[in-house]
Amino acid sequence: MSTTKLNDMVSQTRRDILRMVHKVNSGHPGGSLGCAEFFVVLYNDVMSLKEGFDMDGIDEDLFFLSNGHISPVFYSVLARRGYFPVEELNTFRLIDSRLQGHPTTHEGLPGVRIASGSLGQGMSVALGAAQAKKLNGDNYLVYTLHGDGELQEGQNWEAIMYAAAKKVDNLITTIDLNGQQIDGATNDVLPMGSIKAKFEAFGWDVLEIEKGNDVEAIQKGMKDAKLKTGKGKPVCILLHTVMGHGVDFMMHTHAWHGKAPNDEQLQKGLAQNADTLGDY
Amino acid sequence: MKRYTYTDKKDTRSGFGDGLTELGRTNPNVVALCADLIGSLKMQDFINENPERFFQIGIAEANMMGIAAGLTIGGKIPFTGTFANFSTGRVYDQIRQSIAYSDKNVKICASHAGVTLGEDGATHQILEDIGLMKMLPGMTVINTCDYNQTKAATIAIAKHHGPVYLRFGRPVVPIFMPEDEFEIGKAIKLTEGKDVTIVATGHLVWEALQASEVLLDAHGIEAEVINIHTIKPLDEEAILESVKKTGCVVTAEEHNIFGGLGESVSRLLTTRLPKPQEFVGTQDTFGESGTPEQLMVKYGLNSKSIVSAVRKVIKRK
Repeated sequence: MSTTKLNDMVSQTRRDILRMVHKVNSGHPGGSLGCAEFFVVLYNDVMSLKEGFDMDGIDEDLFFLSNGHISPVFYSVLARRGYFPVEELNTFRLIDSRLQGHPTTHEGLPGVRIASGSLGQGMSVALGAAQAKKLNGDNYLVYTLHGDGELQEGQNWEAIMYAAAKKVDNLITTIDLNGQQIDGATNDVLPMGSIKAKFEAFGWDVLEIEKGNDVEAIQKGMKDAKLKTGKGKPVCILLHTVMGHGVDFMMHTHAWHGKAPNDEQLQKGLAQNADTLGDY
Repeated sequence: MKRYTYTDKKDTRSGFGDGLTELGRTNPNVVALCADLIGSLKMQDFINENPERFFQIGIAEANMMGIAAGLTIGGKIPFTGTFANFSTGRVYDQIRQSIAYSDKNVKICASHAGVTLGEDGATHQILEDIGLMKMLPGMTVINTCDYNQTKAATIAIAKHHGPVYLRFGRPVVPIFMPEDEFEIGKAIKLTEGKDVTIVATGHLVWEALQASEVLLDAHGIEAEVINIHTIKPLDEEAILESVKKTGCVVTAEEHNIFGGLGESVSRLLTTRLPKPQEFVGTQDTFGESGTPEQLMVKYGLNSKSIVSAVRKVIKRK
């Protein structure tokens, strides 16, 4: 897909995110905005997807969102990829909605294969799905996304150790390196040292996308990552993003991790992101 | 009154191992995972016959539960194997979010439940697992009583879609149940009686049968013993029908009286048929090191405790 088209989608996704969290005055815009390019490229330019949705996802690529709090970006991209009506974004976090605060399978929302929100569990689930693909002789790939702060959860390191030991090489794990978590910068809350060195020490093939908010850079990085699959090692992408990207007053701070914009702030944010495909 | 005898004794975990081996031969979607306890869980035969369908996870139970959830995506039926303590309390949030809430078809198979784990002591003797698991929406909870029942249950749960907690144990115990098919949620009436209903699960079922003989022979009390292998969903009608006749009930389980089978029965009777009930179980305590037999005696988990509870409950009728 052309970069222009992808950038148009990114702009629309940012509008969706802002409008969703503003309407219910809750949700997590910061990380969602920072990952807008990644999600748009992944779902529209990288993954091989079948028409429609079934839970088993045989003969198609799978994606697992581990840091479930960035559900707004996930929902927007799923809806605009055709998994469910775009108008349903209107129901985000409302009673009786399929769009729960954190993604779940419980309400049967197409596109979601696991509940996430309690952090640190997504990689293990993805490993199981990747190993099921191998058992089924299914050569498609499994993708995941995790927050950098999320790596403080110990279960990740069980999964990281296992993935390399068992040569789960049909897995591409992306870490959203935005350097922020709820209580502040990750380097202040719990410095994690070199995440690259850690993954490499555990036996992963690691590559970096330095411009994690640049559609072209992501396209190239994902292509490179794909080429690294099937070679006996799990693949990790360190995606350098800016939390709150695309809305100037939300950028470079943890302040908008879990806070919705007010009416005025919404208008300011929307003015910075063109209505390219039509608001829901 | 029917009296039960046995010619052979075996551990219930061997029933799990043999059931799993049979599933390996009959159901190509069954896969097994273990967190470094293959020998304890008797999984070696399955592994020998199906090496590609076995996943050695290492000592990482949280990862194991997540991987099991993931394996269901693609149509596998994962059976996880570790001790009951590490199958539940250690990984509660992983089970809650990735398995139960996500409605994944995972079979959590837990050995060495309760004090009969023995000498390893309280760190490994979970007495809270039934409570933890039965509180999870959608979770089926099964606690089997002997080798035959454990083997049959292992085979049966593969056919049931949805998360299951299957609890069994370490010690060698009498084999007294027939090699029947296992029906999830269906209570089994072992003896007919008119004076008291004894609802027992797991290792306490044999103790309940022993107690029923003493009650009849020494006290002239006719006890109706019901084997409740499925604690959730509970066979409410079977219990109500029996208690309607006997007018009182004793529940018996190798579990804390808080949160176990006894409380499930109590809730049922309170809402539908209020009758006196006594509880045989551990009294809100941790276990300790000792032989399984010593611990059963010390923690009141034997036929003697059931006899006392029955004599007490009958007086309250």
